[in-house]
Amino acid sequence: MSADHVHPVNFDPTDPGHDPHDHGEHDHSHRAVRIGIGGPVGSGKTALTAALCRALGQSVDLAVVTNDIYTTEDADFLRATGVLDVDRIEAVQTGACPHTAIRDDITANLDAVELLEHRFHGLELVIIESGGDNLTAVFSRGLVDRQIFVVDVAGGDKVPRKGGPGVTTADLLVINKTDLAPMVGADLGIMTADAHRMRGELPVISQSLVDTPDAPAVADWVRAQLRTLAAVS
Amino acid sequence: MNLAALMIADSRFPGGGHVHSGGLEEAVARKLVTDEPSLRSFLVGRLRTAGALSAVFASAATRGRYAELDAEFDARTPSPAQRNASRVQGRGIARAAKRAWPSPVLTELLRVTPRPHHPVIVGALVGDPFEAAQTVAYHAVTGPATGAIRLLGLDPFGVNAILAHLSSEIDAVAAMAADHADTLPEDLPSPSAPGLDLLAEAHDRHHSEEVRLFVS
Repeated sequence: MSADHVHPVNFDPTDPGHDPHDHGEHDHSHRAVRIGIGGPVGSGKTALTAALCRALGQSVDLAVVTNDIYTTEDADFLRATGVLDVDRIEAVQTGACPHTAIRDDITANLDAVELLEHRFHGLELVIIESGGDNLTAVFSRGLVDRQIFVVDVAGGDKVPRKGGPGVTTADLLVINKTDLAPMVGADLGIMTADAHRMRGELPVISQSLVDTPDAPAVADWVRAQLRTLAAVS
Repeated sequence: MNLAALMIADSRFPGGGHVHSGGLEEAVARKLVTDEPSLRSFLVGRLRTAGALSAVFASAATRGRYAELDAEFDARTPSPAQRNASRVQGRGIARAAKRAWPSPVLTELLRVTPRPHHPVIVGALVGDPFEAAQTVAYHAVTGPATGAIRLLGLDPFGVNAILAHLSSEIDAVAAMAADHADTLPEDLPSPSAPGLDLLAEAHDRHHSEEVRLFVS
């Protein structure tokens, strides 16, 4: 083993072992990139999804899976704002358990993603928006390639330091509705400092869709992920 | 009981079952199920009709003949919504099984029916007629039972006890079904529940009109 990288430890003494450099079975070339958007109720997941559709829709072949517990409401919002054709949005019922549907049993969401991939052969990106949940919700790596966790300043400036896997492990943390900070007495400096402290090197973007309706910073991050994931496939 | 049967019956099995309530959500919306006694009545009814039908087909599927059984199950399921719910859950199990239990039997099943009915693929995976029937009969009541806990906030210990007390009825259905393992597909019994068929269709229509949390 050379000194510039490490391999995972294998705890199984019965494992005959395999070549850690053999990546042959991982093939992402025939499916769209999947990005999950999660976060608490009312933090702005649907508004961010709509903003990304506006920002990316002209240049990226994309579709959306929505998991809102009130079935078609989120899909209706996206349709009503005119950002995406109706047949590019699939709504998933979560059986009253939104975190189960994105984490423990992702079957219904995979069915929806595969349906969209079957419907649009050149599909490059599927955005999977979770139903509103709590800070422990996290997407399965079997469902998404990257995940964004959205919190908002109106939820209180202590949310980032409460942590939870969404805040600490998501590939991108978005602190939303920064325009509301003075009105709800939230300290943006504390929120971003806590977020960086909890997340180490992982990125944090603060934004207000009132000030920047097309979420340019998040859209740039998504474009970068598409380039990275396309390069490894 | 073999491990495949235990895993498929486990509510943590990632086969997509948790988004189906077996008609319970519609029954709750219509105030037909409101408490533990009415839930028990719903579960007994479902076990003896949809559950028994599933059990018979799971038992028969342990002997192969997948395409014939798939078609015969369609013929015994008049509600399109129920046919779809069964195939969606069968496909969910297939996705998990391709990783967990790859075999020539599974390959052959998915070749003749890529979206198999739920009891057909469970029968193929479990292999033993009684255990396959018991697994799907239990599945027929656990989905609605969990749905009642989520939708009505019923006491989970009370609901769990209802399921436990259905033990002899579930085993009786499984024993009846096991006797049909070698029955010709076209001669299999066809227990039916027009009430459940109507609830399933009403639930499907209401998806476009008002709030529904479960697929079926």
